[in-house]
Amino acid sequence: MLAMNYRGPYRVRATHKSDPVIEHPGDAIVRVTRSCICGSDLHLYHGMVPDTRVGHTFGHEFIGIIEEVGSQVQTLKVGDRVLVPFNIFCGSCFFCQKELYGNCHNVNAESTAVGAIYGYSHTAGGFDGGQAEYVRVPMADVAPIKIPDDIVDDDAVLLTDALPTGYQAAEMGDIKEGDTVVVFGAGPVGIFAAKSAWLFGAGRVIVVDEVEYRLKFVKNYAQCEVVNFKDVGDMALHIKKMTDWLGADVCIDAVGCDAAGSMAQTVTGRLMKMQAGAATVLHWCINSVRKGGNVSIVGVYGPTFNAVPIGNALNKGITMRMNQASVKRHLPRLIEHIRAGHIDPKQIITHRIPLEDVADAYHIFSSKLDNCIKPILIPPRAHEVRAVTASVEK
Amino acid sequence: MENGTALVKHDNNPDHDHDFENTHDHTHHHHVQPELRQTRRTREQLTHIKGWGADLDHKNRPAVPMERTPPRYTPAGMATPQAQEQKVEVLVSNERPGITQLHGSVQPPSGLSGMLRRAAFKYTENDLRHWLILLGADRINVVEGIIEDLSHGHVPNILGEMGLKAELKHNPKGLAKKVAIAGAIGAAAYFLLKDREERY
Repeated sequence: MLAMNYRGPYRVRATHKSDPVIEHPGDAIVRVTRSCICGSDLHLYHGMVPDTRVGHTFGHEFIGIIEEVGSQVQTLKVGDRVLVPFNIFCGSCFFCQKELYGNCHNVNAESTAVGAIYGYSHTAGGFDGGQAEYVRVPMADVAPIKIPDDIVDDDAVLLTDALPTGYQAAEMGDIKEGDTVVVFGAGPVGIFAAKSAWLFGAGRVIVVDEVEYRLKFVKNYAQCEVVNFKDVGDMALHIKKMTDWLGADVCIDAVGCDAAGSMAQTVTGRLMKMQAGAATVLHWCINSVRKGGNVSIVGVYGPTFNAVPIGNALNKGITMRMNQASVKRHLPRLIEHIRAGHIDPKQIITHRIPLEDVADAYHIFSSKLDNCIKPILIPPRAHEVRAVTASVEK
Repeated sequence: MENGTALVKHDNNPDHDHDFENTHDHTHHHHVQPELRQTRRTREQLTHIKGWGADLDHKNRPAVPMERTPPRYTPAGMATPQAQEQKVEVLVSNERPGITQLHGSVQPPSGLSGMLRRAAFKYTENDLRHWLILLGADRINVVEGIIEDLSHGHVPNILGEMGLKAELKHNPKGLAKKVAIAGAIGAAAYFLLKDREERY
């Protein structure tokens, strides 16, 4: 099969690999019809995540058609159109039984802190991902859901990660009616966090980024205020000036370890790798939120350590919440929001790129070329069934 | 103005710098900050936003409470999955009592990078050495990847893998700038080394 193949920092290509096989009676093989490149894939692409092995196939945002099932799979059958949450989870462990599906303890042998994620290094379990024609989906009865007929593919693929993560970011902020919410990052997750903040009753939503076209997009899409951090002197001071000098009620980090905006953080975190990426946004969140406010973190950081003003967090009495999104628990409510017209996820898709051109897709997304917000990779066999039907009709 | 007397004027414009007055003894006398109150929009000012407040009620928030037992989306009391047969070498965190029931089986450790990865797993995740050795192994693995390509008769198109085609199409000026900078650095290095050779 054709699959994305990691060759080193900033280097990927599409190559032919062996097809995945059923390795456990609970597995399924999914033929991928859409896969996205996620902002967090860029952390892998930039060589920031330890134990990212050459030959690995990335991709944790994908949907597809069930091609084969293991002997124990009961709820899915060949031909089903499925949405696969980015978390791999067993459903039975101590954490899954608390609905902490992003923190499953039975699926990632190589780490205890990190759950298992498709195509996200061996630190996240060593499973190949969905930027390929086929992918092995463990515990197929537990995580994937059949996509309702009225949900189109482009919305469904964004329900695998980007939308639930943005939504959970807002939820973890424990937003109260009229709260001012500052979202750092106008990438797909930040855009959805801003949109979701209104659902939770925010009074003001302010999005901060440095990329002008993304700020323009989010201002229109999420009806929010925007700040380009390149235009302001000090980020925390600026937010305080915007919020009656008290600070924001809720700050959301939707950027993670690849942040720009601080020379010291960039040099030590991104270039010299002396810390687990640049913690610029985390620093801004702690210093911009009001005393007693909430900081929500969904931006991804590495497993070592980061320089953050934790003393300020203590002195301000901040509540900090963070986690990988527990995608499955959000899906029913998010599907309701899509049906009600509260959110139209597919609007953020800017690029549809054949899997064969994966190197260009990564470069466009990473370098923010061509006004890219969300690129989708289309594998060569994505439309196989439709093509056959068309030929029969002729 | 006497020491300790507050200036009552308050400039509420966030774009203006903090006001102060200099006195002859060079002491800065700041305005006393006004009573700080939050400005909050009313519900009427917000309801034009589609979906506003739909999940204001905590019962509509699917992740509240954070730990929810019994779970709604997986069967309560579900049995632990049977163990997957281990067919390749899998490195297991020593913060676990054994291998997990399910595991990834792709890209098992190999070569020099594999030796380093095995060494890294002798340390706990809590030990920084675990992660630093893995990062070192990742870099060595990149060289191994190039050697592997060459050994199969494939010369990797490194610029293509870095998205040269997209750069040419969407950022030709940026590409020209990068080439110019690289050329200038290369030329400077060449002449410096050349001079050095001539000197000695």
